[in-house]
Parts: sequence; C-alpha cells; structure tokens
Amino acid sequence: MGSSQSTSEEVRELVGKTGFSSDQIEQLHRRFKQLSGNQLTIRNLRKAPTGLADEINFEDFLTIMSYFRPIETNMDEEQLEHCRKEKLRFLFHMYDSDSDGRITLEEYRNVVEELLSGNPHIEKESARSIADGAMMEAASVCVGQMQPDQVYEGITFDDFLKIWQGIDIETKMHVRFLNMETIALCH
Amino acid sequence: MAYHLFVPPNAWNWLPLLLLLVVVVFRFPGAACDLNVSSNSTSHSEPKAHFAAAAAAAAVATTASSEQDERLPVFSLDYDYVQIPYEVTLWILLASLAKIGFHLYHKLPGLMPESCLLIIVGALVGGIIFGTDHKSPPVMDSSIYFLYLLPPIVLEGGYFMPTRPFFENIGSILWWSGMGALLNAFGIGLSLYLICQVKAFGLSDVNLLQNLLFGSMISAVDPVAAVLAVFEEAHVNEQLYMMIFGEALLNDGISVVLYNILIAFTKMHKFEDIEPVDILAGFARFIVVGVGGVFFGIIFGFISAFITRFTQNISAIEPLIVFMFSYLSYLAAETLYLSGILAITACAVTMKKYVEENVSQTSYTTIKYFMKMLSSVSETLIFIFMGVSTVGKDHEWNWAFVCFTLIFCQIWRAISVFALFYVSNQFRTFPFTVKDQCIIFYSGLRGAGSFSLAFLLPLSLFPRKKMFVTATLVIIYFTVFIQGMTIGPLVRYLDVKKTNKKESINEELHTRLMDHLKAGIEDVCGQWSHYQVRDKFKKFDHKYLRKILIRENQPKSSIVSLYKKLEMKQAIEMVETGILSTTAFMIPLQAQRIQGTKRLSPEDVESMRDILTHNMYQVRQRTLSYNKYNLRTETSEKQAKEILIRRQHTFRESLRKGNSLPWGKPSGIKNIRYLSFPYSNPHSANRETGTGVFTDDDSSDAIFFPVTFKPHGRTGSLQERRQQPEMIPMERLRRGGRSLNLGGQRSAARGDQMSRVRPPLIPKPQFHAVDEEYESGEEEEEETRVVGPRWTAEPRNGKEYHKSHSPLLPRK
Repeated sequence: MGSSQSTSEEVRELVGKTGFSSDQIEQLHRRFKQLSGNQLTIRNLRKAPTGLADEINFEDFLTIMSYFRPIETNMDEEQLEHCRKEKLRFLFHMYDSDSDGRITLEEYRNVVEELLSGNPHIEKESARSIADGAMMEAASVCVGQMQPDQVYEGITFDDFLKIWQGIDIETKMHVRFLNMETIALCH
Repeated sequence: MAYHLFVPPNAWNWLPLLLLLVVVVFRFPGAACDLNVSSNSTSHSEPKAHFAAAAAAAAVATTASSEQDERLPVFSLDYDYVQIPYEVTLWILLASLAKIGFHLYHKLPGLMPESCLLIIVGALVGGIIFGTDHKSPPVMDSSIYFLYLLPPIVLEGGYFMPTRPFFENIGSILWWSGMGALLNAFGIGLSLYLICQVKAFGLSDVNLLQNLLFGSMISAVDPVAAVLAVFEEAHVNEQLYMMIFGEALLNDGISVVLYNILIAFTKMHKFEDIEPVDILAGFARFIVVGVGGVFFGIIFGFISAFITRFTQNISAIEPLIVFMFSYLSYLAAETLYLSGILAITACAVTMKKYVEENVSQTSYTTIKYFMKMLSSVSETLIFIFMGVSTVGKDHEWNWAFVCFTLIFCQIWRAISVFALFYVSNQFRTFPFTVKDQCIIFYSGLRGAGSFSLAFLLPLSLFPRKKMFVTATLVIIYFTVFIQGMTIGPLVRYLDVKKTNKKESINEELHTRLMDHLKAGIEDVCGQWSHYQVRDKFKKFDHKYLRKILIRENQPKSSIVSLYKKLEMKQAIEMVETGILSTTAFMIPLQAQRIQGTKRLSPEDVESMRDILTHNMYQVRQRTLSYNKYNLRTETSEKQAKEILIRRQHTFRESLRKGNSLPWGKPSGIKNIRYLSFPYSNPHSANRETGTGVFTDDDSSDAIFFPVTFKPHGRTGSLQERRQQPEMIPMERLRRGGRSLNLGGQRSAARGDQMSRVRPPLIPKPQFHAVDEEYESGEEEEEETRVVGPRWTAEPRNGKEYHKSHSPLLPRK
C-alpha cells in the first residue's frame, strides 16, 4: 500500500471487508510495515515449509486480525452467532492443517504434541494418548451413541461447534485493537 | 416455605443439642464467673440457689462459703479454672452440632446459608447466658480478634482462591473493591451525618468522623459464607463468581485499613483540626498500607516456599511451616502498621503454588483441612459472639439511625455497583450485564467483619457506641437472613448466565491453544495485554522461580494433569459405584454390574503394581471451587488401589472387546495407554507370540498390543462373568463363519494380514454393540455384523485408518 495509491479508497474497502474502523486499520498498517520491514508482504519466517502461505500481504493480515475483534455489545443475536461462527471457523482451520474440513486424529495429535512441546518431560506417548482421549470425548459429545458400523472420521466443523457450545469463545478470542499502548488488565 | 424454618428438623438431631444446653445450664453454679467483673456475691448466690434447687444428679452443688467444714473435700468443683476454655469449647461444639443437624435436614441448606444458622445458635446461647445472668467469657476483645480470630479466616480465603480467574479479572476486582469500599464508606457516612444533623432524631452529637467511621465499618461486605455457596450450586458464570469472591477477599483488608485511618483521625484532635494535608496523607497511607502489606506477603510466601524445598525428610513439619509463615507475615505487617490482611492473603497465594508441589501428599491434605478447620472455628466464634451480644442489655435503639442506615446501605451499594461497573464495562470485553450487576448488588451481605469492627470501637471516642453496635447488628441480621435466603431464588429467577465448566480434555486443550494463539496475535499486533503479562510471568517463573523454590522441578502441564485427574476420577468412580461410568473415556455401557470379586494371580498383581508405581505420577487436585465448609473429596487417596482395580477393569474390557477386535485397539488398551507406560514395558515379556506382527508404523503402539492379549493367558483365572463375554463373541464368530482364535493362534492366523494396522480411533461404536449383546442374549442372532474381524490390508494412510473398523466392509 504505497502512498501513491488512493489510500482512502483502499481503506474503505478494507473497512467493509473486515469491519475494522479506519483508525484501527491505520494502526495495523503501521504495525504491518514494522513487521515486514516496509515491504509489501510478510514472509514466512519458519524454516520448514509449513503453513499455507509463504507470504501474506496486508489484506490477509487484516483478515486474520479481524477474527479477533471483540464482540460489540450492541450486536443482535444473529450477528453474535455469525461472529462466533467465524471465530470458531478460524480456530478450526488452525487444527485442520490440510483443510479438508475434518480434524483427524493425526492432526489433533499434532496439535497436542505442539502444545505440550514446551515441556521436555512429557513423552510423545502421553501426548498421543491425550489426543486420543480428547478425540473420544469429542466423539461422545458430537455423535453420542454411535452405530456399530459407524466410524468417526474426524471432527467436522459442526461437531467442533458442538464441542465449543458452552465455552465462551467470545471472551477469549478477542484483542483490543485500538489501544495499542495500553495494558488491558481486565479480562 | 418459610414456616418450615423453625420446625425442628428431626427430634433426634436436636436431642444432643438440647442435652448439651442442659448440661451447660447446669454448670453455672458457684464461683466468680468472669475475671473482669468484680465478683458480686449476691448476684452469685442467687444462681447458686436457683440451680441448687433445680440441680439434677449431674450437678454438684458446692458452696464456696466458709461454712463448709475444714475437712478434705472428697469431691469438689472448681469452675473458675476452666471456665474460659470450657465455655469456648462448648460454644464451638454447639455450633458443630448445630451444623450437623443443619445438614442432616436436607431442606435447610437450600433454604438458608450456614451463617444464618450460626447466628441463630449464637442467639440461643446468648439467650441462655442472658437468662442465667452469666457473664460471657471475654472472647471478643480487640487484640484477640485481630491477632487470633481474623488471620485464619483470611488465610483460608487466600489459600483457596482460584488464581487464574482472579488475576485475569484483577483490574476489575481492584477497581470494584477499592473504589466500592471507598464510595460506600464515604457515601453512607456522609448521608448519615446529614441525617444526624436533623435535630428531631436526637443524633446531633454524632459528628462527621464518627459517621464516616461507621460508614467504613458497615460497608465491609462478607458474602462468602452465604453467597458463594449459592453460586456454586447454581453454577453461575465464572466472572461473576470471581467478582464477588475477589471483593470479599480484598474488602476486609480495605475496610480495616480505612477504619484504622479514621480512628487515627479521630484520635487526632477534633474534626476542625483536620486539614487537606491530612486527608491527602490519609490517601497516601491507604496506598502504602495496601501495597506494603502485599509486598510483605509475597516475600514471606517465597521464603516459606523455599524452605519447604528441603523438608522432604521431615514432612510432619510442613504444615507447620506453612501456617507459621503465613501468620508471621500477618504479624510482621501489623508491626509496621501495614495491612496484615492483605499480607496474609498475598502470602497464601504466593505460597500455594510452590508449596503444593514441594510438600508430600499427606501434608497437603493436612494443610487444607487444618486451614478449613481453623477458619471455621474462628468464624463460628465470631458469629456466636454476635448472637450472644444480640441478646442483652447493651443496646441503644434509635429508630432513625437504624432505619436510615439500612436504607443508605442499600442505596449506596446500588449506586456503587451500577456506577463502577458502568465504568469498568468500558474496558472489559466481557461486560457485566445488568442482571449480573443486580446480583452483585444483592449479594452485599454484611457479616462478622462489620460486627467485629463495631464491637471494638473504643468507647472513649465513641460515646454512642451502643447505638452503633445495635445498628450494625440489625444490618447484619437483615442482610444475612433476608438477603441470604432470597439470593438463591433470585439467581434462579434471573437466570444468570451459567458456567459451562465441564472438565473435559477438549476444553482444556482448546483453552490452551487459545492462550497461545492470543498471545501470539497480540505479539504480532504489538499490543500488550494480560495474556502477554501472564506469558512473560510464566516464562520468568519457569526459568528462575521454580528452579529455586521447587524441589524436583518437573515442569507441570495443566493438560496432562487434568488428563490424569480425569482418569483417576474415573477409576475411583468405577470402584465406588461398581458401575462403569459413562465418561468420555469409557464405553457408554448400560449399567454393567461387576459382580463378584476379581481375582488375578498374585504375580500379575505384583507386576501391575510395579508398573503403576513407577509410571504413574501423582496428580494434585486443584481445588476448582470455593466452598467454605466443604472440601472436594480427594480422589487421589488410595490411588494405587484404584489404579489396580482399574487395570483389572481394563483387562476385562480388553478381554471382552479384544475378542471381537483382536487387531483393533479396544478402549481397554487405550485406557492402559493413558497410564503413560514407558517404552520398556515389562509386559512385553509376557507377550504372546507373534504380537510383534501387530506392529504399526508407529512403533510405540506396538507396546500396547501385548496388553490386549495378556488376559488371554489368564483366562482360566477369571470369573465366569468374564468368561461369559468371551464365549459370546466366539460363538458368534463361529456362527459368522469366522474363526476367531483366542490366544496365541490369533496372531498366526492374522499375521500376514495384520501388517498394517492403525490404531483405530473409535472402537466405541463397536463396543456399544458388543455390550448390547451382553444385555440381551437374544439379539445375538441378529447382530452379525459387529464382531467380524476387522482388519485392513490396505496400506495405511492418514485418512483411511478408520475404514479398518467397518465390519464387513469390502475392500475399498
């Protein structure tokens, strides 16, 4: 987003797409420039070729950030539901690394292993069994009593929604974007 | 429903109580009753005569008069000597008996909080003492209260505080309790002062400072006893719970600080001499006292955590260290006129994390229970004393003062709640709804704290102390009884948002992921919020603090701990009920009854025990809820036994399932896996031949296959019940034209086809069907699909492992 372009138009476009206010977009843009070293894209800095993209541009950056917008208090039921779904979909994609719409056991195991990877004393075994246990739990929540020949292939997005039903994703998955310098001590 | 209140719940429960009362009453003969009161022989001879006349066989009526001849008395009574401890003990016992009776009658706990009960008992005792013209023991004076009665209560509050939610909400909590206390205190004080100015009420001698002091006293809320129990039962959302809890915790400290400051002001000359400088100094002092107290607490917490690192050989002194250091922090802070309450709270919070890991299991339990016991005793004494003071002549009733106090308390609390939360909602992303705020407003119960402060007012400075005491008592009674009893229905009526805190692995995983995710995103955005703080603190903690303060620094993962805890709980449940529970890790069996004893051969038992003791590490149960009067039952007791029995069960399971799914991974194996066996599994020595075939791409899984087949070797030792399940699948398999070989043959038969077996994810559906078989034998004929061998010769790939479960699926 060079200064030569009509930034106001772009900004308006982005406002429409992501729902941020223009102030927030300005601030995020500044941050983006900081991270990318004034390039147009942020490169994937991981050594291994994991992840879906090697570079992201500002729009992608904004899109991702938009998932973390706090829920407005004046949203109605439907909007709330929609917002929640969007956030959960984002989270779902984090688990589902090959984007096939299902979180399989292997993917789930990867997630658990990574979560526990900071702890050198936990063996891979435990991580695996935890993942298995979690999958079974998920299955019991989502499908309940399964037919004998039914197979649980993985957690679909709907199942995922079911698991998260009671848990307040809204409170956890938000970042206050405008006040970048303040330390928010409240939850 | 109200009329049920006073119906004696059950005659037999109250009988010991009555007996005790009778005994108490009849023990009042003789000597001087109170050390402080100069003995008055006339007033004593009266009760003497009274009781002597009515003396039961138990009472020994001796007279201390000199008419007694000078022989050696064979049997004499000296009540003086033991009076104080005797009566104190009796009070405590009385309260405990009352509590027992209270809980035995099922309806009561739902109806009114326990503190109501304590007050009633206190009033009863007070009535008796008043009726018998006896002077109560000097339990309540300033030093005793502040030095002995208060610390245990505060310590318990701090120790059992759920730290994470507390710190997440700490901004709101500090804002609310601090500003709320100040607002309430000054608001009530000022309004009452205005009322006092009205000549008609006869209160003009109560000056501003006294009113302010009264305001600060009366604004100390103590919702813990009543409200939190209600909240827990109703499972209200965590935020609300934390707000009230946090307020209770910090409120005591803040009121006492205010109280002390204002008393100092009162002592300092007259009101007119107070200049703005003093007021500023007062504020500064307020902050210094608060922060200083916390600082002291933290230091002492670290010291005690450090010391517990070295106590593994003398674990008997661990509780001692914990208690002494907390108490010491309180005293040290009080020496410097800092807030001892905040110090002891901070000490408990700091200490808990590290001490929990250092001390032995029994010490941990001891600490928890002893703490509860101490705080329970303190609270009981305070409440009883409150009841005792109610019934007496020490009152000054002033209609205007009392009524207006009541009114203003409610008004100002409402104002402070709605105003302060309006402000803090701007900064929160979990705003408190109006409903929540109403609940918070309504849960402003006053309790022992206010009463103690009122009682300890120096009479010299407060000529109208009695009026204050009366008013305080009225407020307490009103709030505790009326508000305390109605808050439960109110919560239900308002349908406050409930918490959905089921303990599940998924939830824990997701929450953890969310934490990391959020910290990452915030980092990327350049924003700094409490997740970052928490993250940084955790890093610091792991790097430095834990190394210093913890004995064997095993980094603890909350996911793994939760996991183990759930397993353990499951195991205990199984044992206790004899019914296989339907948790996520278990197959949803329909009321399978385990009959008879399960006998395994001793060497099996030995080996199992060995494995378990070496591989299973203990999980401390984090106290997730706060209930002043109950602790959650320890599920890690008899741990080894439970695990043992659990292993038996899983063997049984795997036997049942294993027969139908020889190459599959029945949940039994899964369960055993959860016990995190290391690679060197002694069981591998017992492997059946050919189980090496059942290897997988994941070499780790191979370990667990042998476990499946182990039971087969011991088929003979199992009960018939266990054998019976075996029969069924075998039959059916035979019927189904398959030859399912138990024992070692299986491996050979399937060897070639089993090269690629992926641990199946969901054995559950099959198990379910298998269970159904057991329930009704008739169905067996129809169920042809279930028990077929499931294997796949297909090359495994990540997505298709599940196909191995389809019973008679043609190869796709």
